[in-house]
Amino acid sequence: MTRFVLHRIGQSLLLLLLVSMIGFALLHLAPGGPLAQFALTPGMSQEAMQRIAHQMGLDQPLPAQYWQWLRRLLVGDWGRSYRDSQPVLWVIGSHLGATLELMASSTLLAMILGTGVGVLGAIRRYSLADYAAMVGAMVALSIPTFWFGLVMIYVFSVRLAWLPAGNIATAGDGSLLDYARHLIQPCVVLALVTVATWSRYMRASMLEVINQDYVRTARAKGLRQLQVLVHHSLRNALLPMITVAGVQLPILLSGALVTETVFTWPGMGRLFLDSLGYRDYPVVMGLLIFSAILVLAGNLIADLLYVVADPRIRLT
Amino acid sequence: MPLSETGDLLRVEGLTVRFGAVPAIEDVSFALRPGETLAIVGESSSGKSVTALALMRLLDPRACSVSGRALLRGPDGRETDLLALPERAMADLRGRALGMIFQEPMTSLNPVHTVGRQISESLIRHERLSPRAAAARAVDLLAEVGIPEPARRASAFPHQLSGGMRQRATIAIALACRPRILIADEPTTALDVTIQAQILDLLHRLQQETGMAVVFITHNLGVVAEIADRVVVMYAGQVVEDAPVAALLEHPAMPYTAGLMRSVPRLDAALHTGRRLLAIPGNVPDPRQRPAGCTFHPRCGHARPDPCLRARPALEWAAPDHRVRCARWQEIAA
Ligand SMILES: Nc1ncnc2c1ncn2[C@@H]1O[C@H](COP(=O)(O)OP(=O)(O)O)[C@@H](O)[C@H]1O
Ligand SMILES: [Mg+2]
Repeated sequence: MTRFVLHRIGQSLLLLLLVSMIGFALLHLAPGGPLAQFALTPGMSQEAMQRIAHQMGLDQPLPAQYWQWLRRLLVGDWGRSYRDSQPVLWVIGSHLGATLELMASSTLLAMILGTGVGVLGAIRRYSLADYAAMVGAMVALSIPTFWFGLVMIYVFSVRLAWLPAGNIATAGDGSLLDYARHLIQPCVVLALVTVATWSRYMRASMLEVINQDYVRTARAKGLRQLQVLVHHSLRNALLPMITVAGVQLPILLSGALVTETVFTWPGMGRLFLDSLGYRDYPVVMGLLIFSAILVLAGNLIADLLYVVADPRIRLT
Repeated sequence: MPLSETGDLLRVEGLTVRFGAVPAIEDVSFALRPGETLAIVGESSSGKSVTALALMRLLDPRACSVSGRALLRGPDGRETDLLALPERAMADLRGRALGMIFQEPMTSLNPVHTVGRQISESLIRHERLSPRAAAARAVDLLAEVGIPEPARRASAFPHQLSGGMRQRATIAIALACRPRILIADEPTTALDVTIQAQILDLLHRLQQETGMAVVFITHNLGVVAEIADRVVVMYAGQVVEDAPVAALLEHPAMPYTAGLMRSVPRLDAALHTGRRLLAIPGNVPDPRQRPAGCTFHPRCGHARPDPCLRARPALEWAAPDHRVRCARWQEIAA
């Protein structure tokens, strides 16, 4: 077990290194580069530009710059935002809560809905409900997230005026109800990204389980249908879903980026787009690394959970 | 005739199962007496498992249609038709009055639950034991089926046990609530020969101790001589012979039964007479295209165009306790 964990952590760190290299290279080689922001400043002379570039270490070869950046990153110095000179980690930290809240609530919604729909589809295979779920999943998968978000806003905020169109709370309100009302739309929109996939995988997993011999054994014992379903089918069918959840994490993150933008949700996704617009490279780079860590850690946790949840896997 | 008069514990009449339009078994009938071991014998895909699953009502009602009757005599002497019972009432009988063990010990236990838990479930469900009492009883049951270190094995997961141990565990599950009938569908087929003998001994001992009746399904007529009181031979979804074990083994009336007997490997016979093993040529016909006339005629050495190809023979009484489905059994016997 320890060896497995160490191996997986090592693997994740290696991937992280690779991601950081690619990200760094892309950002610095892209037209504009970190200096572009200063080029727009009126009255900026060529010498002044070079001075700034030298101060920032941008005149050094790229590998050297990367090495510098990586060393600081490792000791927790992720640089400062060009925009307001706040430490990058602090900037990310102040947007993390909103994103986690959105991702957690929508994942919960998607899992509950997706599990229900998937299980129903499996035990009532080829029923009307199953076909409806199949079509629904196809539609959900083909609707662009931003479009769905905009339609939601148009219907529920503009036409019906039931729900706020954006932001995380009304300034000065602070009641739980106000938070909930703000959460509903982005939560549903982001859940749409994962619920379709989740329910399809759940259905397939459940179909595989309900034809197993041990389900027949459970029925031969005279257990009630619900008991057979929960303890001898669902319990087994959920195992592979742990991996699915891990794999879906990047999709969820990119979905959050779009959703946060549509609903002006003050999370990391918004921060990323804003920072790109401002060419705030330290923050962009920091967010890139941070989300890579999030995804890799999520997958690592999923793998470990799987090992714990499946008694057949005993790692030495 | 009511069961109380015939003394039967279970009587199956006209049991037919169709998957779509295809009849997997047709008009199956037999009776089981209390404490008796009834063997159902036949080659693979002759309809033995479908018969057992239909009795337990474990076939998917959306995939097939089941007709006929299966009368069970309750402890109070009342008759219940298992096939007409509402699902909830049937679930009350499953695991309590009727226990079942399956062929594949490797797949018939749930891999994510401990063996002990899978035994306790029945006890909690049917005998309303507390989880603790059920867990303690599960350990006793494991000891009863001859599993060493039962307390430790109760908390083991199925994959941690050998095939033989798993089959013992499934027997413990089936017998947890002391059923009056145990249906064992080829319980030893997937096991090594030495383990097979042990499991047969175990079933025999448990039957002596509990007085339950056993429906023992096998494709091996050799096993039958050791355990059965009565034998039902099935071929292509039908009962083709039904007799007490001694009568059947000494004077098989149906050529198919005789063929099955010749294909049983018998060490003594091979040594003394040098006789070779004679498998019945050909295969069990696909249920979608069973031959006209006697379904066995293409493989039968005694078949004649008349009467064997003309009509499906009926199940006739060859003796007061002996039924056979062969139009020529009298000529063949003579
Ligand atoms: N679920 C099913 N759907 C369609 N046909 C089936 C199904 N189960 C069994 N059968 C058919 O019923 C016949 C009898 O099968 P089975 O009872 O399993 O044979 P046995 O147990 O004697 O080997 C076979 O021809 C098989 O193809
Ligand atoms: Mg079978």
